Amino acid sequence: MSPGPLALVLAALLAWLAIGTLGLARARELVFVSRVLFPVGALAGLVLAAAGVIALGAPAQALVVPLGLPDLPFHLRLDALSAFFLILLGAVGAAISVFSAGYFRSSEGTAPGLVCFHYHVFLASMALVLLADDAYVFMVAWESMALSSYFLVTTEHRIAEIRRAGFLYLLIAHVGAIGILLCFGVLQGGSGDYSFDAMRAAKLAGHWPSVAFLLALFGFGAKAGILPLHVWLPEAHPAAPSPASALMSAVMLKTAIYGLLRVSFDLLDAQLWWWGVIALSLGLATALFGVVFAAVQTDMKRLLAYSSIENIGIIVCGIGLTVIFKSHGKTLLAAITMTAVLYHALNHAFFKSLLFLATGSVLHATRERSLGKLGGLIHRMPWVAWLALVGTLAISGLPPLNGFVSEWLLLQAFLFTPSLPQSFVNMLVPVAAAALALAAALAAYVMVKFYGIVFLGQPREPGLAQAHDAGRLERVGLVFLAAGCVLLGLFPVQVIALLDPVNEMLVGSTAGRGVAQNWLLLAPINADRASYSPLIVFLVVGAIVLLTTLLVRRFYHGRVRRADPWDCGFPLQTPRMQDTAEGFGQPIRQVFEPFFRLQRQLPSPFDAAPKYSARADDHWWHWLYLPIARAAEACGRFFGLIQQGRISVYLTYSFVTLLVLLLFVQ
Amino acid sequence: MAAGIPFYAQLINLFAAVLLLISFAMLAQRRVLSLIDLFAAQGLALALSTAVVGWGTGQSHLYWSAGVTLTLKVFLLPFLLYRLIRRLDVKWDVEPLINIPTTMLVGIVLVVFAFNLAAPISNLSSTVTRSTLGIAIASVMLSFLMMITRRKAIPQVIGFLAMENGLFFAATSATYGMPMVVELGIALDVLVGMLILGVFFFQIREQFDSLDLKHLEQLREDE
Repeated sequence: MSPGPLALVLAALLAWLAIGTLGLARARELVFVSRVLFPVGALAGLVLAAAGVIALGAPAQALVVPLGLPDLPFHLRLDALSAFFLILLGAVGAAISVFSAGYFRSSEGTAPGLVCFHYHVFLASMALVLLADDAYVFMVAWESMALSSYFLVTTEHRIAEIRRAGFLYLLIAHVGAIGILLCFGVLQGGSGDYSFDAMRAAKLAGHWPSVAFLLALFGFGAKAGILPLHVWLPEAHPAAPSPASALMSAVMLKTAIYGLLRVSFDLLDAQLWWWGVIALSLGLATALFGVVFAAVQTDMKRLLAYSSIENIGIIVCGIGLTVIFKSHGKTLLAAITMTAVLYHALNHAFFKSLLFLATGSVLHATRERSLGKLGGLIHRMPWVAWLALVGTLAISGLPPLNGFVSEWLLLQAFLFTPSLPQSFVNMLVPVAAAALALAAALAAYVMVKFYGIVFLGQPREPGLAQAHDAGRLERVGLVFLAAGCVLLGLFPVQVIALLDPVNEMLVGSTAGRGVAQNWLLLAPINADRASYSPLIVFLVVGAIVLLTTLLVRRFYHGRVRRADPWDCGFPLQTPRMQDTAEGFGQPIRQVFEPFFRLQRQLPSPFDAAPKYSARADDHWWHWLYLPIARAAEACGRFFGLIQQGRISVYLTYSFVTLLVLLLFVQ
Repeated sequence: MAAGIPFYAQLINLFAAVLLLISFAMLAQRRVLSLIDLFAAQGLALALSTAVVGWGTGQSHLYWSAGVTLTLKVFLLPFLLYRLIRRLDVKWDVEPLINIPTTMLVGIVLVVFAFNLAAPISNLSSTVTRSTLGIAIASVMLSFLMMITRRKAIPQVIGFLAMENGLFFAATSATYGMPMVVELGIALDVLVGMLILGVFFFQIREQFDSLDLKHLEQLREDE
């Protein structure tokens, strides 16, 4: 085996496992675990990312490791698609590891070394998912990923609510795993060979490819959080410690996207256009649903979790559009859409982990997750606040940051659909584009709410005055991610050129070569039609801000007058009178009322201590999950009738069974 | 017609009939000590019939099986059961769940069913002992019925052991015995099972001050 990128990747993977084991061996030594093990893990992440960059340009490398069951060795393969997601995992994982080094404290829950073990096994199993080249390794890695992340979610396992969230997560993860397992079963096409090479070669007849695609969409959708399998996200993310939620939201959801891409574009040799329509509609529904729910949340981590649902929706919607283009042979357009998908996956990994980590710092500083009790933190925590601002702008899709590039590319791709020969799709797509634009705009609204309530204004609680800024290691992690957001936003042309091997592999065309002709201007098809130059936008924005600042300083400074503000005839003003999270979300709650199952408690006008509470519940609980739970319970009660607890009755059951079987055999 | 059947085959049929009779007797027996005696008698019949099959067909390894059966089922297990009852100090009568006559009627139906079941197999079989297969199945079912109808733990265990007797008889009568290894294995299983159940009896009694299994019904999870 020549030392290539695959060797580097394996070295990083083994390093993670070794770190995890070391942590397990010295479980109670917080300083050793956090100051030594986590930074070393971050280094391994950087190595992984570097190996991914090398592997993107290199030809695919395969390896058979004689591990596992007899006659079932591990098939590993590092191709462009895995390399891209390995970069994502390595880079974001490294930042989160550095942050974690400063984050984990001793707590009531799991010992720090054990957390270190779960964390690094989680990282290593995600890397293994990306490397797997047969269904067996894939499922082993996939399940260890689910289990290790389950233990991370339930770090504070002494709290019943968190255990419940963890159970829900594990349940849906397993339902999804069944879908994936069945999907691989269909893909091997009766050959009994579960290596991905055999699946690529297998020619599935009739409806089987569609069955495989739908199973993959279901199975990976459960992990990614596509409607209606999204319910675990808003429960599990707030329950997990912030680095774990960052890792799950930023990277683990992307492994599901990876799986979906792997199955639909690599393992299945041809795509049908209606798969794309299904993915597109599901993605749009998910995106809209996620963002509308994010708008009414009052817990900052729940808000981010719903925002993750929205972003996954956008990505899945892009995948659907890619399938539509590819099935009609428009490979160039498919390549542009695929670029948007991959780019958005990368962007989401960066800005969402940045925001989750920022909430972690806020949580540590204030012990408060509820938006209604935060506020004004920009004065107390300037580092976190300014870095979170970068993430907020990026996730809102504002130029010149990274979120804008991918959403713009995706919307551009939507505008090319009139060239499709199918009138049905042609009618559907403008609606989809409009819905996508709506989701993007609402996302900006959500982020204004998030940032404004947490960091701006006056502190809503007196305790917030003691809030302290993030530690040095935490800052390093946050700066790394924020820098990623800025760089990905400023140099899209270079990034897209880097993504080209993936496009080449998945859709058989490249978007980057045409794009890369002009290093300054990003023009997907040609510059006359639409183009975008982040550097110019950046310079202009920067210049205007600078100019305004100078002008304000020059002309208005010294003319500031301190006086009582206009008090609306109400002289007493407290920080409690600021706009609240509920208040900010109220218009959305009003406009999108059918989305929610609202439960409002209005106080009576004569109440001396009036209380108002409003809860926006998820319809899906009542439409889908509770009926299933009730049916399971009814089944259980029915079988409970058979269970008498009397030995003679049980013996009679087996006796009667024996007699019936004997009769039957006769 | 009787002249057509060799002497040893007639002997086997005799023992088979004894076996079935003892099965019915166990089904009807109320007293636990007599139940153990009956079990020992059944073991004796089984050992003799095995030896006779070995003598008649010239298969010497069946003598070994017969020897094992004799030591285990006629001496060792009854001895263990006796000791158990002495230690537990339980010499009560067995109260069946269903009254004895009804149980006997059900038993007769089962025997008819067993013979009906065995008929096609017996017709195909070429061994001299083929007609005994129905009896073997019948005694298995009767022992099972006994396990169902008894309320206390010890008669249930005796039923379980008697069921194994029936199976063993089926093996010798239909196929001239199983390989020695299998027989030894089963013999050991029965012995170990008996010992473990003995331990359980003590545990159950310690917990509930009784060996009546209706106490175990309370272990069921309430809704």
